[in-house]
Amino acid sequence: MTINYDPRVLKAPHPVPGAPDNWKRFFSFNTDAKVIGIQYIGLSLFFLLVGGLLAMVMRGELITPASDLVDPTVYNGLYTMHGTVMLFLFLFPVLNGFNNLLIPTMIGAPDMAFPKLNAAAFWLVPVFAIVLMGSFFVPGGPASAGWWSYPPVSIQNPLGHFINGQFLWILAVALSGVSSIMGAINFVTTILRMRAPGMTLFRMPVFIWTAWAAQTLQLIGLPALTGGAIMLLFDLSFGTSFFQPEGGGDPVLYQHFFWFYSHPAVYVMVLPVFGIFSELITVYSRKPLFGYRFVALASFVITFLGLIVWVHHMFYSGTPQWMRNLFMVTTMLIAVPTGVKVFAWLGTLWGGKIRLTTPMLFVLGGLVNFIFGGITGVMLGTAPIDIHVGNTYFVVAHFHYIIFNTIGFGIFAGIYHWFPKFTGRMFYEGLGKVHFALTFIGATLNWLPLHWAGLMGMPRRVASYDPEFALWNVIASIGAFMLGVASIPFILNMVSSWARGAKAPPNPWRAIGLEWLLPSPPPAENFEDDIPTVISEPYGYGLGRPLVEDEDYYVRRAQEA
Amino acid sequence: MTSTSPSPRQGLPIRRILVISLATLVNLVLSIWMAQWSVDWLPVAASTAAPYVDGLFSLEVGIGCFIFVGCVGFILWSVLFSRADKYDESDGLPIEGNTRLEIAWTVIPFVVVMALAFYSIHVNEQLASLGPKTKYDLAVDQQPDAVAAADNLKDIGPIRVISRQWSWEFVYPDGVRSSELHLPVSQRANFQLSSEDVLHSFYVPAFRLKQDIIPGSVISYSITPTREGTYRLRDAMFSGAYFSSNQTHVIVESGEAYDQWLKKAASQPLVSGLSQATELYQQRLAKGDRGWATVPPAAPPMVNDPGHPDVLHDA
Repeated sequence: MTINYDPRVLKAPHPVPGAPDNWKRFFSFNTDAKVIGIQYIGLSLFFLLVGGLLAMVMRGELITPASDLVDPTVYNGLYTMHGTVMLFLFLFPVLNGFNNLLIPTMIGAPDMAFPKLNAAAFWLVPVFAIVLMGSFFVPGGPASAGWWSYPPVSIQNPLGHFINGQFLWILAVALSGVSSIMGAINFVTTILRMRAPGMTLFRMPVFIWTAWAAQTLQLIGLPALTGGAIMLLFDLSFGTSFFQPEGGGDPVLYQHFFWFYSHPAVYVMVLPVFGIFSELITVYSRKPLFGYRFVALASFVITFLGLIVWVHHMFYSGTPQWMRNLFMVTTMLIAVPTGVKVFAWLGTLWGGKIRLTTPMLFVLGGLVNFIFGGITGVMLGTAPIDIHVGNTYFVVAHFHYIIFNTIGFGIFAGIYHWFPKFTGRMFYEGLGKVHFALTFIGATLNWLPLHWAGLMGMPRRVASYDPEFALWNVIASIGAFMLGVASIPFILNMVSSWARGAKAPPNPWRAIGLEWLLPSPPPAENFEDDIPTVISEPYGYGLGRPLVEDEDYYVRRAQEA
Repeated sequence: MTSTSPSPRQGLPIRRILVISLATLVNLVLSIWMAQWSVDWLPVAASTAAPYVDGLFSLEVGIGCFIFVGCVGFILWSVLFSRADKYDESDGLPIEGNTRLEIAWTVIPFVVVMALAFYSIHVNEQLASLGPKTKYDLAVDQQPDAVAAADNLKDIGPIRVISRQWSWEFVYPDGVRSSELHLPVSQRANFQLSSEDVLHSFYVPAFRLKQDIIPGSVISYSITPTREGTYRLRDAMFSGAYFSSNQTHVIVESGEAYDQWLKKAASQPLVSGLSQATELYQQRLAKGDRGWATVPPAAPPMVNDPGHPDVLHDA
């Protein structure tokens, strides 16, 4: 049966109940946060694949001690681009995707505070993606000094061309910073100004707390990175010597600029994942979050401490003793607010009604990995140990435990959990579980053994290594290839579920939260003019209290839509 | 264990206390065993600094293992015994928190990490007394000796360590130059670390010693080797195309052997020293200079003893 719809309905920039979906909206300058969110997530998952393929070539090189697969210069370019793609084209955009989907719907706002700025921030991502990917094709190849781009090696510019890989890299990172600042202003303003009536700060879901804390860090830290990047660009292209010793500059100064932002950047990425953990553990244990206020406030303690630990990346850069001692203390202190969160999640599991669905499996796997990565993090924060294992594979193993095995797992958990809400379709649980099993085993094989390689003294960023490290590297490479395989069930699941999965009800997980009072997928302006009044704290599982006034009305309305 | 019926029981929950005590005991034994084992994960300890680093590492492995096993055990326990049945749509215990518990898990970790931090500061001071690290700014064309004060407690040195893209050169006080670092055992050696191009890092895993070398500065550093053997010196700060080849040997030998070597080396003429990068770069040029751009390697240093790069190393 074909129905003739008004062409305006077919081209509507948002879903219209009953009408076929206008998928073209995802490829346009659309100001709806829910469209932008999916744009961010889709694009970033594409770059997860790109970054992953770069990594697999690296692991192919490292499966044998000798440098025999690619030229060492190519290896250096690959690892630099792998890190850059994963951070600036996967992690930041994917989390901004979550911010776009979840912030307005969780706080009952119709959209972001500045929808056009929001769309502009997104469209900068493909722009700098093209700049960055284009650097593969300029003479001399892409940037190859690591994602730190420490001078002087980053500004050596062997061919002497004005347009070179490093130049394009700095340009891309600076544009990424602009995009992130535009996003951060939007997210913070929306959270502070556009909450539903009755949603006081201590009635906000923890994801909102963590997004707010993370975006605050972006606003404080990014100017330092951008400043450092501009000075680096001037040294590279215009012959200044901010960081060139020959002209009286100081290469270590760059490290301060870089890490003042780039250490907190880890918290920008991990905080929203703490938010995802808090949302999901409560739903799938059917319990209130243990110590909600403590968990919420701990986010800002992490924000504050995160800003004063950056020198722990420079313990062996000729840093004076007093500075090493001071930054060792602040670094270790971060374990306290993080511990508060971990213990609260454990307390939430206790005596719950746990359901091991795909999202919950990713949360629990991510949590176990995070505890492990947190412990190795304290070891790295201990200056005398860091003097030995710093800049070795121990660090690589540690930060992949955080950045993939925790943050990556949290992202997968979040994608599965909110997939029905924003696509209106259910995913296939079986494929999800296969994805989890392959990911968990692959990630463990990939990064657990590398801790020992690092402890034995294998430096990071090497294209070849002494034969005594071979065993660890063979296991790691097998794990890496397994992670590549793990992407197949994930892609299959996402594509086929979105195309032909079962229709999702408004609240398939029986979750408590404003977004679950909306139809799946939510209409263009979410609650439109009929915004509910929040009357209680989030996560009231088992407490029998309504979240909003007239809850039955909203539940009914969502089901009828 | 059923967790669904929190029936108020009279007296102490003896069974629960027993189970928790037993689990804690097992965890404690496991953690102590891991802490002892963890020292074997590190390379042989070949300097006076190494035992301090290893001790601290072992301590943190023990504490970390206790926390990890405790938390993961708790998660597994919950997952095993607090699972919802397939058609069970009820909620868990509606516990919203416990202020006393929350304060405890803030204060106890705070005390533990602060104790660790202050103990580490103490270790840091010990390490500083074993080998102080001082960075001096170097003006253009200034020699390191002109600005760097030598360590007063040194037995030998200052040995100048010159790093380049991508080779190492060691200059001994009597002017002998070598591509491999020779050190007498149990004598405090003082180094002046300098770089002629980019950042490098002087990393000898067996010494637990890593120090970045910063162009435009000279860093004075001391270390006392305690075990004879051949160890690897690895550049640990990315320095460009042939970074991974920028490695050489450190040979720790008896005082007599060291003196003999020095005497013999002094009589040898200067020859081209070890530079694996130069060989690799020549191979690359021979194959048509494919790959991405790199600066050419610096000319190999002219040394009295180019060393024996094929000798196997201990760590």
